Amino acid sequence: METSDIFRMLWAGTGETLLMVFASTALGYVIGLPVGVLLTISDTDGICPHPLLYKILDIIINITRSIPFLILLILIQPFTKFVVGKSYGTVATIVPLTIAAVPFIARMVEGSLKEVDHGVVEAALSMGAGKMTIVIKVLIAEARTSLLVGVTIALGTILGYSAMAGIVGGGGLGDIAIRYGYYRYETGIMLITVLVLVILMQVLQWLGTLLSKKLDRRRG
Amino acid sequence: MVLIMADELVKIDHMTKKYDENTIIEDLSLTIHEGEVVVIVGPSGCGKSTLLRCINGLEPIQGGSITFRGESIDGKSKHINEIRQRIGMVFQSYELFPHKTILQNITLAPIMVQKRKKGEVEKEAEELLSRVGLLEKKDSFPRQLSGGQKQRVAIVRALCMHPEVLLFDEVTAALDPEMVREVLEVLLSLAEQGRTMVIVTHEMSFAKAVADRVVFLDHGEIVEEGRPVDFFEHPKTERAQKFLNTFTYDKVEKAK
Repeated sequence: METSDIFRMLWAGTGETLLMVFASTALGYVIGLPVGVLLTISDTDGICPHPLLYKILDIIINITRSIPFLILLILIQPFTKFVVGKSYGTVATIVPLTIAAVPFIARMVEGSLKEVDHGVVEAALSMGAGKMTIVIKVLIAEARTSLLVGVTIALGTILGYSAMAGIVGGGGLGDIAIRYGYYRYETGIMLITVLVLVILMQVLQWLGTLLSKKLDRRRG
Repeated sequence: MVLIMADELVKIDHMTKKYDENTIIEDLSLTIHEGEVVVIVGPSGCGKSTLLRCINGLEPIQGGSITFRGESIDGKSKHINEIRQRIGMVFQSYELFPHKTILQNITLAPIMVQKRKKGEVEKEAEELLSRVGLLEKKDSFPRQLSGGQKQRVAIVRALCMHPEVLLFDEVTAALDPEMVREVLEVLLSLAEQGRTMVIVTHEMSFAKAVADRVVFLDHGEIVEEGRPVDFFEHPKTERAQKFLNTFTYDKVEKAK
């Protein structure tokens, strides 16, 4: 393979990987953020305790989180096919990635929101604030630094998962690393692909840390 | 049926508060009249703070009733948020929102909860801030303020809601001694304006100066209540005498 071909392939792979990672993290937050909010407010010391709802969500999340991603990928193939029309390729991989991301994100959101001092929640309650106001203006607003750290962790984790999807023809850098590096013994291409993944992870982490520091008003 | 007199703002009637099996307050009755400053004193763990929290519906009660202008205060009722807007509360550890500026801390609830106009609320917040000498801090964040400044902001935050009664829960207990005064002076000026206040404090000389009525609480019951001069100069009960003695020290007699 010509060097320019390899470059072109890696460039396309990087694009696919980024598409998968950002799309599934975004979709993961669309579902995971509300679930994380529900977990926080329905817990015994939350603003509307509901032990049964908490327990149900808790169990569903634990079950989905304990399924290894590779198994989940294969298990839900019929569902993926139903949603996007095929079970391989970049777009199809977004489905299992999102499903893996939701419970993970919900747990991290729960962790972040529970870090908000109960005292400020009580202060808002004492001023007659409703539940929606407290969730948006107090819980999410005050936990934003921690939530952003969570987004960075989620992107990193999903990036790792997306590489795994290469095994079943998931597209992206992981796909390249497995096809060339593993099946064709082209160790060079595999190493370069891994290097690109390492760089992506570094950039994501650096951006995330930078942004959360900028938004932190408690230090400075 | 509890009879409500015209100037009765808060009426606590045979109220009982328990945490699991522990009874914190038992069969307590207390009425706060309009324009009155009631100071609650008592040893730690006597239920003073719990009592205040119950008045705001932050703690559920297990017996009796608490009413505000005849309306029941119950953390689970639908009207609780309307009632809470009329009861201001200031906490021991300020509880300012760390990620909001001083001005945003004050205007959040009036704008979001009372749906008042932003411009009007901000103007009032600025006026109130300048009255407590903190106008230049309006764009700062809480971490940039001293404890005494934070507590003055917390008081302004409560005032901006136009509450009919203000509850102060040991508002100087977390402050360095030199900052206690700047906060208590704000409370004194509020008392001069004729505001209705319920103050839990350990500052006895302040209690004496500000109170219309002192309530001495011990083991979850009202042991004694009366005018500050009577309570502080001539406490009737042994428990009150013993409590007040903990604030004075005998001169050390050195061995020769």
